[in-house]
Amino acid sequence: MPFLAWAVAFLLVPAGALLIGAFRTQDGEYTTQFIRDIFKGSSLDAYVKSIEISLITAVLGGALGFLIAYAALSPGAPRLLRPAFLTFCGVAANFGGVPLAFAFISTLGTVGMATRALDSIGLNPYDHGFTLFGFWGLVVTYLYFQIPLMIIIIAPAIDGLKAEWREAASNLGASATQYWRYVGVPVLLPSILGSMVLLFGGSFAAYATAYALTSGHIGLVPLKIGELINGNVLSDPHQAYALAFGMVIVIAVAMSIYFVLDRRASRWRRSVQ
Amino acid sequence: MSKSGWFWVAIGLLYFLLPLAATAEFSLKDGDSYSFAAYREILDDPQFRDTFFLSLKLAAVTIFVALLLFVPTVYWVHLRLPHLRPLVQFLCALPFVVPPIVLIVGILYVYNYKWVPANYLGSPYYLIPGYVVLGFPFMFFALDNAFRAIDVHTLTEASQSLGAGWTRTLLRVILPNISAGAFAGAFLTFALVMGEFTMASLALFSTFPTYINYIGQTKANPAAALTIISFGITWLALLGILLVGRRPGRTAVQVGGTH
Repeated sequence: MPFLAWAVAFLLVPAGALLIGAFRTQDGEYTTQFIRDIFKGSSLDAYVKSIEISLITAVLGGALGFLIAYAALSPGAPRLLRPAFLTFCGVAANFGGVPLAFAFISTLGTVGMATRALDSIGLNPYDHGFTLFGFWGLVVTYLYFQIPLMIIIIAPAIDGLKAEWREAASNLGASATQYWRYVGVPVLLPSILGSMVLLFGGSFAAYATAYALTSGHIGLVPLKIGELINGNVLSDPHQAYALAFGMVIVIAVAMSIYFVLDRRASRWRRSVQ
Repeated sequence: MSKSGWFWVAIGLLYFLLPLAATAEFSLKDGDSYSFAAYREILDDPQFRDTFFLSLKLAAVTIFVALLLFVPTVYWVHLRLPHLRPLVQFLCALPFVVPPIVLIVGILYVYNYKWVPANYLGSPYYLIPGYVVLGFPFMFFALDNAFRAIDVHTLTEASQSLGAGWTRTLLRVILPNISAGAFAGAFLTFALVMGEFTMASLALFSTFPTYINYIGQTKANPAAALTIISFGITWLALLGILLVGRRPGRTAVQVGGTH
């Protein structure tokens, strides 16, 4: 099959070559030096920062996305809203990279629209330690695609939440809190956590948005790889291969967690259909 | 919907519309008044036209290659080789684990000057193989859904008992029946290529997204105009999917890509 050939040539071979390249020097000798370097100094900092930002945006984006999705898609919501809402989420989730960074500079940059509005009521965020071009600025920007992404991923799980369960619970005298405590959350939790893991992966892999927003200076792993590849001539590309190898490991671990959670979540999905 | 429900939807809307409104305002700003000067400046820039049309061409080639690879593969998996489905599915989900930054570093490492012809190395079409791989999940899941909805076996048998060969069956019988899925995959791939910055930037090619970045370093208002144009392209692509009849709620998980 041509498809298999293509996948081998342009996906498996490059990824496999990096795996080997991470353990070799420029001269072709084998070494674990580059892998050990990952756990030191600025490389370690980059991983910590990348993982931090991915965790925060996954949890915040996941929680906000779920609340909005539940509000807009639960059985009581107007049906007309639905297709427009989901299409809009699709657009927002796919709107990323450089243009997204510029949109936020127009909004929350030093002279952005929201900054000026907040300034006029005496709450200029830049007077309170916020900057769009740092860690929390990046978090706010990433949420722009994380929240709609969460809505798209979690929508099927919310659709699977049967109205009968709620009715049965309230017929048996359960309060809204009890319904959520004993029915809603246990059913949805694997889906919610699984979706958050996917958000984690998406934000861990992101390059363009952070690059455009911080001119490459924020020190996340993807930006460090980019810098090593075509920034500094003296730098060793094998250092970049080791960092890339580390990225694949982190995402692979995240994806394994996702599969475990997704299997748990699918128990309910099957019984629903 | 409850009051708190409306509250959350309203917060969401505000968060998503505000950056667009701010960018639109910024792109129209011309000193103290408003005009389309920034848009005119962009449209008159020959570099805009070059990079924009280059990205269009790359998108077209990527879509063509991806359809060529996937339509027969998914057809065959549904018809004869269902046991290969886990393998194909795994390979198509792999780009989620191997992000664009890693993929392009790997491609640059393997396909280098030592054995790739120099004229291909210097051509932006060097990006095509990677773009096709990035589009794997979109193309596969869109087509797979479309194939699930039709009865592949009956259609194939009917076509062949009427004397059609494999090519004829695929092009005249199967393709029209899965065209909605093919279009959905094509539109998602289109949005992907028109916004892909990471790979183009690392391989040092000037495409539309790297042009947007370049303008952003030098001119603020035209950069805002380009952002609006780019957003419009994403809208068109997603609207296209809606028009060809696929529910956006079932869109394959869209992680990675242009971020």
